[in-house]
Amino acid sequence: MTIEELCERQQKELERQASLRRRIACCTAAGCMSCGADSVRRAVKAEIEARGLANEVEVCGTGCMGLCSRGVLVRTSDDGSLWGQVTAADAAALVSEQPAASAELAARRIDTNAAFFTRQLRIVLANSGVADPERLDDYIATGGYQALAKALSEMTPEEVIAEVRRSGLRGRGGAGYPTALKWELVAKQKSTPKYVICNADEGDPGAFMDRSVLEGDPHRVLEGMAIAGYAVGAQQGFIYVRGEYTLAIQRLQTAIRQAEREQLLGNRIFGDNFQFRIDLRIGAGAFVCGEETALIASIEGKRGQPRQRPPYPPESGLWGQPTLINNVETFANIAPIIRNGGDWFARIGTPTSTGTKVFALAGKIANTGLIEVPMGISLREIVFDIGGGVPGGRFKAAQTGGPSGGCIPAEYLDTPVDYESLAAIGSIMGSGGLIIMDDQSSMVDVARFFMEFCMEESCGKCIPCRAGTVQMHDILSRLLRGEATRLDLEMLERLATLLKETSLCGLGITAPNPVISTLKYFRHEYEALLAGAAQEKCHERQDADH
Amino acid sequence: MDPAGRKVRVATAWLSGCSGCHMSLLDMDERLLELASRIELMASPLTDWKEFPETDVTLVEGAVGNVEQLELIRLIRSRSRLLVSLGDCAITGNVPAMRNVYPVEDLLRESYEAQSAPVIGVPGRGSAVPRLIDRVLQVHQVVEVDYFLPGCPPDAGAIYELLAALCEGRQPALETRRFG
Amino acid sequence: MSVKTLTIDGRPVTGRAGETIFNVAWDNGIRIPRLCHVGGLTDVGACRLCLVEIEGQNRLAAACLTPVEEGMVVRTQTDRLREHRRLLVELLLAERNHVCSVCVMNGACELQDLAAELGVDHVRLRYLHPKLEVDTSHERFGMDHNRCVLCTRCVRVCDEVEGAHTKDVAGRGTLSRIIHDLDQPWGESDTCTGCGKCVHVCPTGALFTKGKSVMEMIKDRRFLKYIVTARERRQWILQEEK
Repeated sequence: MTIEELCERQQKELERQASLRRRIACCTAAGCMSCGADSVRRAVKAEIEARGLANEVEVCGTGCMGLCSRGVLVRTSDDGSLWGQVTAADAAALVSEQPAASAELAARRIDTNAAFFTRQLRIVLANSGVADPERLDDYIATGGYQALAKALSEMTPEEVIAEVRRSGLRGRGGAGYPTALKWELVAKQKSTPKYVICNADEGDPGAFMDRSVLEGDPHRVLEGMAIAGYAVGAQQGFIYVRGEYTLAIQRLQTAIRQAEREQLLGNRIFGDNFQFRIDLRIGAGAFVCGEETALIASIEGKRGQPRQRPPYPPESGLWGQPTLINNVETFANIAPIIRNGGDWFARIGTPTSTGTKVFALAGKIANTGLIEVPMGISLREIVFDIGGGVPGGRFKAAQTGGPSGGCIPAEYLDTPVDYESLAAIGSIMGSGGLIIMDDQSSMVDVARFFMEFCMEESCGKCIPCRAGTVQMHDILSRLLRGEATRLDLEMLERLATLLKETSLCGLGITAPNPVISTLKYFRHEYEALLAGAAQEKCHERQDADH
Repeated sequence: MDPAGRKVRVATAWLSGCSGCHMSLLDMDERLLELASRIELMASPLTDWKEFPETDVTLVEGAVGNVEQLELIRLIRSRSRLLVSLGDCAITGNVPAMRNVYPVEDLLRESYEAQSAPVIGVPGRGSAVPRLIDRVLQVHQVVEVDYFLPGCPPDAGAIYELLAALCEGRQPALETRRFG
Repeated sequence: MSVKTLTIDGRPVTGRAGETIFNVAWDNGIRIPRLCHVGGLTDVGACRLCLVEIEGQNRLAAACLTPVEEGMVVRTQTDRLREHRRLLVELLLAERNHVCSVCVMNGACELQDLAAELGVDHVRLRYLHPKLEVDTSHERFGMDHNRCVLCTRCVRVCDEVEGAHTKDVAGRGTLSRIIHDLDQPWGESDTCTGCGKCVHVCPTGALFTKGKSVMEMIKDRRFLKYIVTARERRQWILQEEK
């Protein structure tokens, strides 16, 4: 495909869509799929055909519409109405002239003027809920692959990196390393071949941002990776996606096939001398493979275990070659940055944390689902405005960053969500998991839950992580059973320091974070669980089995 | 004799262990005579006692393996100014703790029935035999311990150094302590 | 060959470019504790016992994997490091069933030595007492998983020196264990050459020669040095072991 052809196809598809009387978009992300989205889509399609409206009305699947707790979600294009808890029985009403005329359906109309929708800013998720992730033309209609075309035809690799630098984009995997800096490191390496890897081994409990992006807009990730490949001088990309994400894998496979067929991937992309291929690598369910060196080992066919850094992957990564690893959401931001310019992106968010962040809202919150907000928004706005507050309880803490993150208590609700502010209060931005806890939640139990996760997901290579997580989990379990003493609590803190300072990789280094942060803000809950008062001499470490 | 000129009251106790640590204690040989002038042996498996006495130092050999030992070690702790874990069984559980990988019921059935001609069978609730606890415990898991003398058995010289130092009111010099 | 001058524990020392802090320290008589490192095999930095402080760096560095640099100021014996090392050894002792008194390696065991060296006279953690098997299916050798510290020396020597790659690690976390081929009994392994190198690099009594009783097993690693110097310098000589 040439650039002219791309613009032509965009035009054609836009005209085709405009010619339709109505486009019925049915959310077919994993959440709604599990509520029966597929049968809704089939029923609507059958209804359209039965009424002979195939030329006027179209039903399509889309990526996540966000309000997962109200699935199946369906949007009707003529007035943009959003309907919740849709079933196959609603097909007739949806296809009819006036969907709202059905009292039953009207009762399930979702107010799109609610804060949940108006306070969000969608860049990464711009096409989710709008475009059909399984149709290339849908992506092209939204301006897809034009950023790649622009990069290849108008920009040098250095200029691409400069644009990313201007955007201020930082890694969305959690650590927030400046993306352009990483790209530069890879670009300046002399050794070839180089590789681009997309880390889609999302594994934090309660996190589904990357999955939603891959399910809802796979081409956007492919385009971002191809641009990265051009910028750093790589011809091969890998997407390392966890095996549990069957739908994401399926849509990625479809997207790669479509892009290859249209020469948007492969040799001579847009007739340019640039070639870039993308292959999928399916993870086998190890959380640690989200750590970049373990991920690389896994792609190489070795046991998924981290190794010491340095050398960092930009210097020596996949098969010892220079390798760029970015997270799904990072790549998803690239095309808009190239299309609209780095300055546009840098104006969103805060000066040091630019752009938006996707969060997966879970736990004790009214609106469970997927949101994208500008950086710098306060936690309070996310929880109470967008999230709709804590149903039937009082907000106690927000957990960000999953097993590597921390718990943020109510007094820090006004903290702006950016890399530095979250780090300052003992948590991390993380990849975007946001779990809300109410006053019924035991923070020690929360800490134990995450410690159990780390214990089971530790690769077993280094001693502190392998054996330390077990001991920390043991102490937390005994605390919850009322069997732990002050000495145990001291040991818990000692072990937390040990893991943090001596573990080999990020998993072990950050594994104590949930304990450290809950000890910092909810120490009284730990103290209340201690077995009796600490005795001077007769220190019962265990009440044996009486 | 402690710095104040009183004889230091010493006791030794024997929990789940092989008595090897006590043998090592006796291996102090002629140094025992010298110690005898400075300490008073209040109670030990070598002496007869009805009620555990108040002591300045108690050396405990063996791990905590049954309910009687559990009670005894707590009593000992409450009546000892300083408590010393003597040997690997007291400190690590050692051989007695090797049973910890099995449930107690299986263990008893195996020892009293499967592997021997059953005479009385597995001791029941009302039996005079103290009930085994689920897991053999290290002494410091049950009560606070002041000094540790590892070794299987600990070296007689180390035991002497510890007792001599405590008599003289100084910190014992125990550099070469090791398990096994 | 470029030479780097640095300070380790206040002593000025020199090393070749690319040499690790660990090797330079040992060449200068500064002993840094270690368990997974053994001279002649690729280092993996798994045991974390050789962590050292480097001035100007926040994170502790594994001496076995960190090359010396000009002007580096390294400390190998600080209170913080001692406390960390002590706790690491305690974690190992509590993780599996290390019953020194009835172990074939009693008295010649590196873990036992480390505990003594670091002043571990008791373990402050809960012993886990896992139920683990002993594989005695091999004609000449045995593997006692109770004593294994997962240092992977055996895996590396089998792969890198013997070239058989019979051993590897299966499972994860504390459930990790050394396996033979596709997790079959050692005696049934098709790839094991029976060379016994794994037995001799094993720091504990996990790998042993059959027929050895308590305290009888002594490991001899000189073969490894012979092979390594033969490969690297084409000389059949014995170098001091690190």
